Amino acid sequence: MSRFQRTLIGLFCAAVALWLVAPTLIIVPISFAEKKSLAFPPDGFSLQWYANLIRNPEWSNSILNSLQIAAIVSVVATVIGTLAAIGIARMKPRGGGVIRAILITPMIVPGVVMAIGIYAVYLDHQLVGSLTGYVAAHSMLAIPFVIIAVGASLSVFDTRLETAAASLGASRITTFFTITLPLIAPGVLSGLLFAFVTSFDEVIVALFINSPSRKTLPVQIFASMTRDSDPTVAAVGTLIFLLTSFIIAAGLWFGTRRRRA
Amino acid sequence: MRDLISIRRNPVLLTVPAVLLLLVALGYPLAQVVLRSFTDPQPGLDNYIWFFSRPVNLTVFWRTFEVSAWVTLLCLILGYPYAWMMTAVGPRMRMLMILCVLVPFWVSGVVRTLAWVILLQDSGVINRVIMALGFEKLRLIRTQTGVIIGMTQVLLPFMIMPLYAVMRGIDLRLVQAAQSLGARPALSFLQIYLPLSLPGILGGAVIVFILGLGFYITPALLGGPRATMLSTLAQQQVLQQLNWGRGGAMGVILLVSTLLLLAVAARFTRRRYQIAGGSK
Repeated sequence: MSRFQRTLIGLFCAAVALWLVAPTLIIVPISFAEKKSLAFPPDGFSLQWYANLIRNPEWSNSILNSLQIAAIVSVVATVIGTLAAIGIARMKPRGGGVIRAILITPMIVPGVVMAIGIYAVYLDHQLVGSLTGYVAAHSMLAIPFVIIAVGASLSVFDTRLETAAASLGASRITTFFTITLPLIAPGVLSGLLFAFVTSFDEVIVALFINSPSRKTLPVQIFASMTRDSDPTVAAVGTLIFLLTSFIIAAGLWFGTRRRRA
Repeated sequence: MRDLISIRRNPVLLTVPAVLLLLVALGYPLAQVVLRSFTDPQPGLDNYIWFFSRPVNLTVFWRTFEVSAWVTLLCLILGYPYAWMMTAVGPRMRMLMILCVLVPFWVSGVVRTLAWVILLQDSGVINRVIMALGFEKLRLIRTQTGVIIGMTQVLLPFMIMPLYAVMRGIDLRLVQAAQSLGARPALSFLQIYLPLSLPGILGGAVIVFILGLGFYITPALLGGPRATMLSTLAQQQVLQQLNWGRGGAMGVILLVSTLLLLAVAARFTRRRYQIAGGSK
């Protein structure tokens, strides 16, 4: 390939990278707008929309709800998903493959179809707007990410280490906590982060099962966007963007550390 | 202690909590959707007959496929060179390119769609640039074009990752061998590199197309009544019309389309591997 062609493709890729990242960044200046408008570029500078996030209970409550749900979901999904990933790894390839395929189905079922069904069931069992309801639905959605992340760690895990520990007299539980878990910890940790983000960002199911007293942040953002041009959505979007970037950077850092170890 | 021994013999026991949760939180709800589509308000195929006899529904149905097809094609055109470049650059540059793909991948879809609303609105940045260049103002928001633009950006990472995963494993010596035997670069690309990258193309295309079919947020916020997709229609039936049967039928149609596509793709991939004589 000639130098010219390579430069051409390089420029094309730079444009693609820009198109992937830049549009989202436009919300940052808008979050500092002075007037209540989503026009770009914004006039003036103010922090009122950030203040609004704390002062307005609609926003602050939905943020707290989302954080609470995501925190519980990340623990529940990580525990259940890690157990499942270990089970799959120890099963015979054929059976393990089937179970894995079944557990990953939430990734391919269209969101609205799930949401309608979950809403129907929750209405029948008074679970609409309940913490249990959110946690069950979001954990189900997050488990595939945990299984994939932990599964990747387990695929490079040498099971002879467990045999060695057992032959030296360690019990199954001791072996798990002192040998297996530390070695697959990077996978478990990235699974935990993915589970948190999955729950924190989930909107379709939450749109159906929310109640006025318990709304999640994405639902609040969606409602605000369909209602008016309130730059508070840009302020909260900026914060989510920073938080997510931070979490991914942490995830990548742990990922590369594992390879070096 | 006996429990632990049985776990050791039957590792499938470890997957029981996950499978149970899946059955309760997904299996049972999906069964309800299917059931209601056939029984609400009365038993029979009424909801499906209604769906396929209304031209409005069929328009939305085809539009859903059309939009997904456009988005898949655009993602492939944008993602293929990008994924190739990721295999050709040094580790530092590659990390930066991966980051550019991953950050939007995990930044909430709602927030990214918000950015597109701001960019595409009638008095938005894109329209102002267009008018400054002396062209007519374009209607972008609440149109199919707007939906396609937004969805392509949200779904592009799902195309790039499988492409990159496959391209990373392609042995470039095969391309060099072809060229050393006199094949021109274009020919060696078409005959060697492209066929070898086909599993990635197929994998990425299937994921993007399937996710596109079920897209809800982006079409709901960027599209208007003239750009409604199947998900929005199903949601309206359930939440606004309280018509569980019709909404359920739409959901089942969406789900069946998705599963059929997956089945076809799985078959196609298997056959390709056989032709290629792959060992996997």
